[in-house]
Amino acid sequence: MLLKKITLAAVSAAIGATALISVPAVAQEGGQYVPGTVYRSGPYAPGGIPWADGYGDYFAMLNERDGGIGGVPILYEECDTAYNNDKGVECYERMKNKGPTGASVFQPLSTGITYALLDRLRSDKIPMITSGLGRADATIGSVFPWVFTLPVTYWAGADAITQYIKAEEGGSLKGKKIALVYHDSAYGKEPIKTLEALAVKEGFQLDLFPVPHPGLEQKATWLKIGRQLRPDYVVMWGWGVMNSTAMKEAAAVGFPADKFIGVWWSGSEVDTVPAGDAAKGFKAAQFVLPGKDFPVLKDVRTHVYDKNKGMGKPEEIGSVIYNRGIAAAVLSAEGIKVAQDKYGKKPLTGEEIRWGIENIDLSPERLKELGLTGMINPVKVSCNDHEGGGDVIMTQWNGTGWDTVSDWIKPDRDGYLRAMYEESAMQYAKEKGIEPRDCSKE
Amino acid sequence: MLYREAGQFKTTYSADQQIFPILQDRIGFFVTMAVAFIAIPMFAGDYLTQTIFIPFLVLSVAAIGLNLLTGYAGQLSLGTGGFMATGAFAAYKLATSFPDLNIIFVFILAGLITALVGILFGIPSLRIKGFYLAVATLAAQFFLLWLFNKVPWFTNYSSSGVISAPPMSIFGVFVTGTEASHTAKYFFLLVLVTLLALAAKNMVRGHIGRAWMAVRDMDIAAEIIGIRPLQTKLAAFAISSFYCGIAGAAWAFIYTGSVEPLAFNIDVSFRILFMIIIGGLGSILGSFLGAGFIILLPVFLTNAPHMLGLNIPVDIISHMEVMVFGALIIFFLIVEPHGLARLWQIGKEKLRLWPFPY
Repeated sequence: MLLKKITLAAVSAAIGATALISVPAVAQEGGQYVPGTVYRSGPYAPGGIPWADGYGDYFAMLNERDGGIGGVPILYEECDTAYNNDKGVECYERMKNKGPTGASVFQPLSTGITYALLDRLRSDKIPMITSGLGRADATIGSVFPWVFTLPVTYWAGADAITQYIKAEEGGSLKGKKIALVYHDSAYGKEPIKTLEALAVKEGFQLDLFPVPHPGLEQKATWLKIGRQLRPDYVVMWGWGVMNSTAMKEAAAVGFPADKFIGVWWSGSEVDTVPAGDAAKGFKAAQFVLPGKDFPVLKDVRTHVYDKNKGMGKPEEIGSVIYNRGIAAAVLSAEGIKVAQDKYGKKPLTGEEIRWGIENIDLSPERLKELGLTGMINPVKVSCNDHEGGGDVIMTQWNGTGWDTVSDWIKPDRDGYLRAMYEESAMQYAKEKGIEPRDCSKE
Repeated sequence: MLYREAGQFKTTYSADQQIFPILQDRIGFFVTMAVAFIAIPMFAGDYLTQTIFIPFLVLSVAAIGLNLLTGYAGQLSLGTGGFMATGAFAAYKLATSFPDLNIIFVFILAGLITALVGILFGIPSLRIKGFYLAVATLAAQFFLLWLFNKVPWFTNYSSSGVISAPPMSIFGVFVTGTEASHTAKYFFLLVLVTLLALAAKNMVRGHIGRAWMAVRDMDIAAEIIGIRPLQTKLAAFAISSFYCGIAGAAWAFIYTGSVEPLAFNIDVSFRILFMIIIGGLGSILGSFLGAGFIILLPVFLTNAPHMLGLNIPVDIISHMEVMVFGALIIFFLIVEPHGLARLWQIGKEKLRLWPFPY
């Protein structure tokens, strides 16, 4: 009997608590539905939260400042995936048909979920943007019409990092040693192929160090790197708690932080701040620059945070991952805007928005209009190039903020990456029985 | 009153030995089957089928597999995730190496390959018992996933280590890939699950099942009455792995469409173990109840605030889901440590007396 009472009390307390914290519901009628598959819980929440805040805040800003896109209000809704593939699929299935015209575009922020959704997107006719994540070969739009990798893929990132190291080493990598420390998952394995190709081309030695999820145990890895192998550079493809652990372990074995370069998911405040002094000098490649002074962020402050409608804390604005969330939202919004120019200013279907994303042209003028100048480099998507030719820039942590230490680096797509994309995409098309569409006819 | 077997006389041995000797149970079974085969495909939408029924069916197979091993043969295993991964990767290799092979054979062969792997990891069970065996099977979990991560041959040299199911059809209807409708996938899986569950039910009623239970209850006594522990335990590992392998293949081919080894990590093994503990060890019905509990409850909990018209931030929903879920597991285990299947049995006994209990 006592147990029953306790259970009842617990249940009623839970219901009471939810009633207290409930916020007004989003209107479901008359607008463009944008799903947010984010993660604010789970092992990777520290990186997921700023991104989710940036992504949501941008749409909130558009609604407040312009009444949506082209006068069509944005109905933004979140679903928490916890960086878990099954939950991500559940979120996708739940959200894909919501709103007046269904989901406009998905951005899962997880390479694993990206893979799980590839098939479903094709049959549901909904586009997906994997901005700086996901399958690199999805750049080939003729095989992957529904997936967009703009502005850069992991392969392009790996190439840009290697270009930077080469420039630092005075133009030659012959005989150098580079180690890759990576999250042992689909995400972490993406750059291997590119780095292996580069190792042959540039004549450096590549050593691979997989780190199992979640990445708290790296002692052995770093002892081997710091004491035995002693590479000239370490490149890291990490995420979540793995990043700060690696920085601390690198410092413990005395590996110089300025020879330690992370991909964009390894270089943000949530990684460097917990690592403390160990992170000072650490470098990271970025495709969206951090910084508080971009005009778009001023609009977010005045239209969203000053009205207390922000999703996160105002201090977060301008951090690496927050800005990346903003940029990701800009890409979604721009796709919707381009589609509206063709199909009319009304809520559009996923199929129409797919056309919009495929015709995104973020020229320097357009970036200026959007208030993004300097935050991201121009991107132009086309039928067969879903990456759009974005650029990468190197930053270095100075203990309190990020300094830019290079110019925008153009990945060598024409040289060999494009051919690698093609080869890998064609293998996928063969396995899946996909007939690539003819881009010359569109 | 409704559930009373008085007056149901059995005149033949086959009538006495059938799976559901009580008429009401038979009616219940056929109603369930009718709901599963007719009502659900007719009325359940895309969302319900794709996110609830399909994973429920897949994990039921895995739960039956583990229940045969742990619930019936008494061999505690934490290698379920590894065996499911073996099934998934074996099915992928078979399907890509022999594109003309029918999906049924792909699944059966994948199951057989997993059974071989299961036998291999079952060998220590002759020497190791109880918790120590659980640790030994943990090795299977980690070794198998490491293997699929490490050797690129298993993923056809895919750069990311992700395998994705090629489109495959049966009688001209696609059941995997993009063209497959959710109803087709559901039907294929339902037929598979029905056959496998019936086979399992009959197995545990026959001499194999009795031998397993004898070994589970006291292996020395079982040996004395003439049951060979080697064959019995290895058979349990083989058949259990066969089921887990098919579940893994179905997970990769029919549910998600593409998986990486990480999808079968230790969490999956624990989830399936929880399913059979909550559902009921040593019960086929319990495997289904447990799978239902573990699959449905989180989905229900995440959707419940919306159904009630509350708009709660997603992170709070996620955290609440985990908390409520954990509390419910503890609650059920306190109320009935033998699982939901036992609860159902007690319910039936009460129903016999209803409405006039002594």
